Amino acid sequence: MLDIPVIRWGQPYESLEKDQVVHFETGETLATVHQANGGLVKMDMKKAKRARDVLRQIPIDDLIEMCKKAADHYLNGTLPLGNGTQSPEEFCRMQSATTGLPEHMCASNMKKNSFVLTHMREILDALTRGLPLDILSKGYGFEDRGVTVSYQANAPVLGMVLPSNSPGVHTLWMPVIPLQIGLVLKPGPQEPWTPYRMYEAFAQAGVPREAISIYPGGPEVGAAVLADCERAMIFGGIPTVERYHGNPRVQVHGPGFSKFIFGDDKVDEWEKHVDLMADSVVINSGRSCISCSGIWASRHGAEIADAIAKKIASVAPLPMNDPKAPLAAFTVPGVAKAINDQIEEKLKIPGVTEVTAKYRDGSRLVEHERCDYLRPTVLHCTDPDHPLANTEYMFPFVTVVDCPEKKMLSSIGTTLVCSAITENPDLSQQLLDATNIDRLNIGVVRTIALNWMQPHEGNIIDFLFRARAFQNSPPPAH
Amino acid sequence: MTTNLDTLCTAAKEKLDAHTREMVAWHFHPSTGSPFWLEKAATFKFDPLKEVNCFDDLKKFPLFEDDWLRGGPVRRWLPKGLEGKPLYVFETGGTTGIPKSRLVAEDHWTDYEIFSDTLPDESFPKGTDWLMLGPSGPRRLRLAVEHLAQYRGGIAFCVDLDPRWVVKLLKKGDIKGMEAYRDHVIDQALTVLSAGHNIQSMFTTPKLLEALAMRLMDDGSSVEEAGIKGIFCGGTEFTQQWYRFAREELLGPNVYITPTYGNTLMGLACGKPFDPADNYKITYFAPQPRATIEVANFKDTNQVVDYGQTGRVKLYTLTKELFIPGFLERDEGEREKPHEKYPWDGISGVRPFHEIAKTTTVGVY
Repeated sequence: MLDIPVIRWGQPYESLEKDQVVHFETGETLATVHQANGGLVKMDMKKAKRARDVLRQIPIDDLIEMCKKAADHYLNGTLPLGNGTQSPEEFCRMQSATTGLPEHMCASNMKKNSFVLTHMREILDALTRGLPLDILSKGYGFEDRGVTVSYQANAPVLGMVLPSNSPGVHTLWMPVIPLQIGLVLKPGPQEPWTPYRMYEAFAQAGVPREAISIYPGGPEVGAAVLADCERAMIFGGIPTVERYHGNPRVQVHGPGFSKFIFGDDKVDEWEKHVDLMADSVVINSGRSCISCSGIWASRHGAEIADAIAKKIASVAPLPMNDPKAPLAAFTVPGVAKAINDQIEEKLKIPGVTEVTAKYRDGSRLVEHERCDYLRPTVLHCTDPDHPLANTEYMFPFVTVVDCPEKKMLSSIGTTLVCSAITENPDLSQQLLDATNIDRLNIGVVRTIALNWMQPHEGNIIDFLFRARAFQNSPPPAH
Repeated sequence: MTTNLDTLCTAAKEKLDAHTREMVAWHFHPSTGSPFWLEKAATFKFDPLKEVNCFDDLKKFPLFEDDWLRGGPVRRWLPKGLEGKPLYVFETGGTTGIPKSRLVAEDHWTDYEIFSDTLPDESFPKGTDWLMLGPSGPRRLRLAVEHLAQYRGGIAFCVDLDPRWVVKLLKKGDIKGMEAYRDHVIDQALTVLSAGHNIQSMFTTPKLLEALAMRLMDDGSSVEEAGIKGIFCGGTEFTQQWYRFAREELLGPNVYITPTYGNTLMGLACGKPFDPADNYKITYFAPQPRATIEVANFKDTNQVVDYGQTGRVKLYTLTKELFIPGFLERDEGEREKPHEKYPWDGISGVRPFHEIAKTTTVGVY
């Protein structure tokens, strides 16, 4: 059995408190993970500056090359992990066994992480809008057009309070190391695998170990990471989002409420896009914040819902190692049932109909001895203000909402990804101006089709660096 | 073969049984008992005065419900035998709602005098002064620590702390407000420590000690350089790992820290003396016979679990001021074997009871 220590600026630390990470189906303990305490984090953060110092000794260009090597180690290598090793196949099996995500989805997430690491130069070029990267290192420099620019790091390290149930989020912190910013990772209790594997991949590629800390632990540890890192990211539900909203030190990632909207000019062609919508709902078991949870149209709502329901209602659990397994398991007892009960309760409020029920063999909730599943659910909603009109759950769940085009943007609420099927210039402009939408796709694009060259919920460059004035000679007379 | 420890345990058990008889006689005799227990006795199907003859007979009583302590009139808890004594009322447990109150005459002095005898003089030098950095207001800690200082010939310098306010801040997610309040408390502590007094001992909580030590480090100093030689510190946050962290990284080898576990109902359970062989395992022993801790089976709380097994903390308080014939605390832990210094059962690994841990805000100060 693996025994995984805390990592304090590259040094393993054996805690007197350990947590067991267990296989959700068999109950087998896969690893014991040493638990940090909050004070440990606070103590180490006094030395956070050193993490950036050691990284700044390596040119950003070299760190980008190390990212490419790290991608290969991460994707293909058998890497040290605690008192043992872990191959890519073992990684997928273990991640699946503790998060409930089917193995093929874990493998797919690995490829995604590897892609981001491999294409780091292009990604940084895109996120910095072509800024010479040594400016971030030196603090100032000159653009090609001769303009002086200066950027100052807001923090020597980025703290990450990571989730347990969504291995896809790790791409967000991959660019941090080549930006010469240290990493402080607090893994989700069921997903220690990616942080440790990525740490080891970076180290094998030549990144100094002392630039990274990993602190498994309870809520107190997460609180310490957020309190003591000048910049941090956290993942959570709506209460977490509300708690940190407006806090410039914390970038909070919550539910996405990602959706399609149809312009009146294209809604009559809805049948062409059924596969596009169904894929956006079902892929990655609907677990991503970029998974589609809403489809808004001024007409044909019932038909759209029916067509998608017909397509995905038969999706049912398969073993985790089945390459076609479409559904992730709920591994925390009672969660799936609570969600199911909540949906059933809200379905009693007039204005919404479940469309999948008539096509599904069996109930939405599938209860097993050690885990549960929720099968795809498509609702048709005639009232944009209905509580189920703008809801997101961690399984393939989508509501098709009838809503006049002119009311859509004011009704859809905060939306991480909006794929708008329209060629109407007025609507397109309104979409471009809508501040409640983060990632905007105008055209036939799945909500889950991310372009890594684009910022996600805020540009990480803007989060980690502050553009400011810098002069080393007097300005022109004026 | 009977060992010395066996002999000590037998003697302690006999003492506990005798003390139980004495306390039951006090609390249930009409001339000395409190209105609460005398009225309650009328509802029992047994006569405490005749049928409680040893500690185990206390299991005839129903479990004590701490909600009985909420609201007034608080004098219903006053034993007639103590009428006329100056009284204190202290809040216990919980940080919201109508407080649970306990009436006290001298128990807090007695408890802390007994505790004082367990403290090493080299780390808590007699005649030197104390810093009391913990919850104050209607809690007994302030007065108890002050008495401890006085009992040892010192003076206690106190800093205000209102845990109810901290809970309010946390519940509304006002982290900044909570941090500002913590900083306000630490500011006061630093001011006291820097004012040229002779403070060498301290009571505080793990969170406040962390905050104080970190601030001193930021200022290029340390708890040791601030003059502190000994700290006693309590709460379920005082875990094995935290103990190690405190000794190895927060305080250094020259500052003594000892864990305590207790509350206003029980008094103070002492930690087993530090032994490197224990690997920072923390084992508490109640101040028997005035109070006793059992590690009770989760399903049948009249049964104790086997040594090393996990159970819920069941508390008994047997003083002339308070009679608690079995109360289920909000904590759990492992049953530990007696120690020569404390020849009765102990408990280790104390932590919030798993069934209510998720709904409880712990370690707020």
